[in-house]
Amino acid sequence: METTLFDLKSGQEAVIKNFKGGAEFQKKLRSLNLRAGKTIRKVTAEPFHGPVVIEIDNTEVAIGMNMAKKIVVEASESGSDT
Amino acid sequence: MKILLMGNPNVGKSAIFSRLTGIDVMISNYPGTTIELKKGKMKLDGETAEVIDVPGTYSLDPASRAEEVAVDMLQEGDLVINVVDATNLERNLNLTLALLERNIPVITVLNFWDEIRHLGIHIDVKKLESCLDIPVVPVVAVTGEGIKTLVSRLHEAKAHQKRYSEEERWENIGKIIREVQQITLKKHTLLEMLEDLSVQPLTGIPIMFSVLIVVFWTVRIVGETMIAYLFDPLFALYLPLVTDLSRMLGGGGVIHDILLGTLIAGQIDFIQSMGLLTTGLYVPLAMVLPYVVAFYLVLGILEDSGYLPRLATLVDAIFHRLGMHGLAIIPMLLGLGCNVPGALSTRILEGRKQRFIAATLMAIAVPCMAQTAMVFALLGPYGIKGLGIFFMTLFAVWLTLGFLLNRFLGGETPETFMEIPPYRIPYPASLGKKLWMRIRSFLTEAVPFVLLGVLIVNILYVFGIIGWIGEIAAPVIVGIFGLPKEAVAALIVGFLRKDVAVGMLLPLGLDMEQLIVASVVLTMYFPCVATFVVLFKELGARDLLKATAIMIVTTLLTGGILNALL
Ligand SMILES: Nc1nc2c(ncn2[C@@H]2O[C@H](COP(=O)(O)OP(=O)(O)OP(=O)(O)O)[C@@H](O)[C@H]2O)c(=O)[nH]1
Ligand SMILES: [Mg+2]
Repeated sequence: METTLFDLKSGQEAVIKNFKGGAEFQKKLRSLNLRAGKTIRKVTAEPFHGPVVIEIDNTEVAIGMNMAKKIVVEASESGSDT
Repeated sequence: MKILLMGNPNVGKSAIFSRLTGIDVMISNYPGTTIELKKGKMKLDGETAEVIDVPGTYSLDPASRAEEVAVDMLQEGDLVINVVDATNLERNLNLTLALLERNIPVITVLNFWDEIRHLGIHIDVKKLESCLDIPVVPVVAVTGEGIKTLVSRLHEAKAHQKRYSEEERWENIGKIIREVQQITLKKHTLLEMLEDLSVQPLTGIPIMFSVLIVVFWTVRIVGETMIAYLFDPLFALYLPLVTDLSRMLGGGGVIHDILLGTLIAGQIDFIQSMGLLTTGLYVPLAMVLPYVVAFYLVLGILEDSGYLPRLATLVDAIFHRLGMHGLAIIPMLLGLGCNVPGALSTRILEGRKQRFIAATLMAIAVPCMAQTAMVFALLGPYGIKGLGIFFMTLFAVWLTLGFLLNRFLGGETPETFMEIPPYRIPYPASLGKKLWMRIRSFLTEAVPFVLLGVLIVNILYVFGIIGWIGEIAAPVIVGIFGLPKEAVAALIVGFLRKDVAVGMLLPLGLDMEQLIVASVVLTMYFPCVATFVVLFKELGARDLLKATAIMIVTTLLTGGILNALL
């Protein structure tokens, strides 16, 4: 199912599909290896419009809410453990 | 020869720098520990080579000020030691390949070699060497494993200058990774579970409050214990010495007063006498140092464990309302130790608006440990109430001022985008080294200022300058703050050292309310001279002037309101 990183459920795994943002935005994401095709896991979203935390490779990354809304992902069928 | 240590943030560049040069530098488990170029020397084939620790950077297309520094350095270097986090090879190789386009000899170091095993990662070093066509050396920077091999292979470093598009680079990286890296299914460790728990709000927020409370009480208890069982007994042994000296000097006179201060009820009083050998030593060593030690011990554990970036994530939403990233918690925490490193570390924040807000809030509302220690001594006897009002007032000022600054200052604060490193068990040896560095810099940089402060107090009194300024400042000090005129002396000295200044309140016989007002005003009204100099360098003259104006207005308002309410 295609959704954004923001809407993805916590604990769920997903594959990054594409980005609803410009070249600068994508370049910034690439610096932490957020590229199309990478598998990520959403750890949590902080309350009060706080950042989304994901796990990618062996690091966690905190991503501002509005940035998370611009990252389109394909959620894995299973993989949800919440 | 100039050797540059380059790599992504938090990959262990500074740890390797310290191994190569023998120089102690700040090493912590969060991205952005190193904010300035740090130079050192090492022996290489009988000659001295210069080694430079460059701030971490994700790419060579300068996106921030720190990255610009890194890219500029590249022009000057003769050799690059590219430090790579072996647990995150794919992301790190992007910078490695970019470096290989620059026609400068590169040698790659695979750091965190100790961690890859239990992460189930296997890297074929030989294959990686042939893929990259440069030497690759696995090391464990914290234990020194592999550093000798690194040094012996430095001369094998090789320059390339193929040009790739970024697309081709990532394709290339994909190919290399498939070839050299295997990942077997990893077990989830306890630390990894804790990583999730400490950022998930339901568990993370209680954990955060517990951590903060434990930190506060540990600092107080460790500090108090050290004073009661170590420093006070030591000074009790010292007292007869200075008392004898006082008798020899005839109990008075200019030299007596400068060295030992004035006798209080015929006795030397370490806090009130104000002599170089009495108060000048007692305040920094017996009152402040114990808390400095306690605070930096706890801060070191927080830094090395990797908790700080998680704390930053949890408070990010609140901090954004104040125009800052959650990451700005780092300058605030460092500021609680000493405002100087606090001001310096605002550099890790993106954007001028954010840096200005963080530096201003820190300078105004974050008391350094030297001052806090003295406030503990002064307000401690009144129990939790006095200290509670003191800290709550500063916190309220911090929140309100941040909110207003964010509202009325132009400019945007970009959204958070931050790497959170894994939890690591701190190495006691690294903790000890870091603690010692900080204690040493307190002893060599703060203590002389304390002595200077005490000397100036004496001079001001001898020439009657305090009385004179007291008259001029009376409307503010008496009228607005409700303090006696004599408190002006503390305010003057506070510009030099806040700890001495707080100590000077003691002889004034203030009640609890006045002590609170005076302590709050002393925290807010002006940073000490050392902080002021750093702020000038970081903000520039215009912004510093702006910050100072904000400071004066906020202090007058807060002091006045507090005086009216209490
Ligand atoms: N287990 C382990 N920890 C390491 C190793 N090397 C460094 N560390 C830890 O990793 C953290 C980062 O090390 P630093 O030397 O500060 O990293 P840096 O690259 O200088 O980081 P920045 O200055 O922030 O760019 C510290 O907590 C070190 O103790 C290693 O080989 N093994
Ligand atoms: Mg460093």
